[in-house]
Amino acid sequence: MTSVTPPRTAAEECARAALAEHGSERGPLLPVLHAVQEKLGCIPRDVIPVIADGLNLSIAEVHGVVTFYKDFRSTPPGRTTVRICRAEACQARGANALVEHAKRQLGVEFGETTPDGAVTLDEVFCLGNCALGPAVQVGERLHGRVTPPRFDALLGEPR
Amino acid sequence: MTRVFVPRDSAARSVGADEVAALLERAGGEVVRTGSRGMLWLEPLVEVETPDGRVGYGPVAPEDVDGLVAAGLLDGTAPGLGLVEELEWMRRQQRLTFARVGVVDPLSPDDHEAHGGNAGLRAALALPPAEVVGVVTESGLRGRGGAGFPTGIKWRTVLDAESELKFVCCNADEGDSGTFADRMLMEGDPFTLIEGMTIAAHAVGAREGYIYIRSEYPDAIATMRAAIAAARERGWLGERVLGSELSFDLHVRVGAGAYICGEETSMLESLEGRRGQVRAKPPIPAIQGLFGRPTVVNNVLSLAAVPWILAHGAAAYAELGVGRSRGTSVFQLAGNVARGGIVETAFGVTLGELVNDFGGGTASGRPVRAVQVGGPLGAYLPVSQFDLPLDYEAFAQAGAMVGHGGIVVFDDTVDMAAMARFAFEFCAEESCGKCTPCRIGAVRGVETIDKIRAGQDREKNLVLLDDLCTLMTDGSLCAMGGLTPMPVRSAVQHFAEDFR
Repeated sequence: MTSVTPPRTAAEECARAALAEHGSERGPLLPVLHAVQEKLGCIPRDVIPVIADGLNLSIAEVHGVVTFYKDFRSTPPGRTTVRICRAEACQARGANALVEHAKRQLGVEFGETTPDGAVTLDEVFCLGNCALGPAVQVGERLHGRVTPPRFDALLGEPR
Repeated sequence: MTRVFVPRDSAARSVGADEVAALLERAGGEVVRTGSRGMLWLEPLVEVETPDGRVGYGPVAPEDVDGLVAAGLLDGTAPGLGLVEELEWMRRQQRLTFARVGVVDPLSPDDHEAHGGNAGLRAALALPPAEVVGVVTESGLRGRGGAGFPTGIKWRTVLDAESELKFVCCNADEGDSGTFADRMLMEGDPFTLIEGMTIAAHAVGAREGYIYIRSEYPDAIATMRAAIAAARERGWLGERVLGSELSFDLHVRVGAGAYICGEETSMLESLEGRRGQVRAKPPIPAIQGLFGRPTVVNNVLSLAAVPWILAHGAAAYAELGVGRSRGTSVFQLAGNVARGGIVETAFGVTLGELVNDFGGGTASGRPVRAVQVGGPLGAYLPVSQFDLPLDYEAFAQAGAMVGHGGIVVFDDTVDMAAMARFAFEFCAEESCGKCTPCRIGAVRGVETIDKIRAGQDREKNLVLLDDLCTLMTDGSLCAMGGLTPMPVRSAVQHFAEDFR
């Protein structure tokens, strides 16, 4: 029996590289997924069978892990991801009002991206900046005491 | 050239420490980036080395730098806060675990040793494993993650377990709102955590360790990874640690945005590459943990307390504290508080001392109405309970918990029914879904509180709410569903007027 191997996509190549780098670690699935998402911005559906095959797991197992963790996305985010802390300590400093402001300002709900693809807005429960709330993470960068005007200024900064 | 210290802690960076550091460097200072002292309301806090000690300036905004330099900041003569270690906030603390945080360059192995680092590890390596476990047991150290289980007893179980392969896992999935001590220790003094884990490895016979850090902490992840690489280079990790018989290596693993992975069995599942769903206990992780092997799972602060205990002796640690809560705990003041930050002090300090004396009341200037102690699963307490001592047993008796030591302050504008609703909303969002009381109960809880707030069959629904809380407490598999009723019930009990 002969089989025809379809050409590999860039996403598949990326998954194979992640498998080569992390496949020999103990419990390698999360490191592999993090590596793929770092490169591609998400875990595209077509890499799941590749990862499953590479780690001798079922597609269902990999799919189950990808969908369990909030960090793993199925589509790429906007150019900048902005996450507002909604946990208790930030609520005590006005996080709820900041959330309303941000949604209004950007015209999106949590989990959505602005139509121009610039900003993805999301919520997060605690950034560990609980004495300097409300806290906001722009990309990987943490910001404290974020008032609505400061939020607007942060979004206006070159990123 | 004068050495000027500016924190690289992410909280300090979140309010402009990087910009301040760059400006000071341009002005001619030799800038050393340290962790944060934990006086977060003073961040960015700049410290200048003088013959008498470090002189502090803060909060320093980037636009203040030129003026301060002109007034003599670089030789410590500009008017400022005075000697940092003489500030009342610092003098009233007993910093054992946090002794080096804010003082040393976190990525300098030389700094670590110059400030007493590795003394605990050397002392431990000179003892047989069982004696190290004995010292930790005698110190009275209990798990700082929240459960308060005696660390020495956990270690004894792992030591006694027969296995070729054992693990030491550090739980750095610090997801509780109002807590940030794990993060600050990892960013400010990572070698102490490495040292504590290495001591644990020697004590129980493990060769391999994992630090599970939440993805929300990118700075802590980067700092820990760099510190591990530096420790390997120095022979503090790897084959024959410090020339001893011990071989131990350490790996950082990154979470993926799941609060439940702070629960130890979920964390183990996640480390194994699965969904972070809790495991039923028994078997306990000390006997069947990571990949089914005997595993020490400890919080960052528990492991970071161990080097001090080994260096100074169990008795010196056990001397501090009250009742069965021995030693110091690292409390974290957060939320609407005038002076938020890290207070490491012996157990027994009262809630009021922490919130009023250290914290200075609210940041808004309004009266304190409620404080939540121990994270999102902890109780809301009214000001009338401010004489409660921070002590595991005293808090348990009051229907509350010390947890990971986070204290979130709210002023009189807080709506406690909304906070109770949020506790259920959070549980519904973060439940792993394995057990029904948590998965379904949290959603029913939100609905029931919505009815109460809308005035629909209020009395009947309050009874139903209480019944639901009992069911979740008794029937949930882990603390997520089991403790969500704690903030809810305490809110109803102490702030009943908000539910009328």
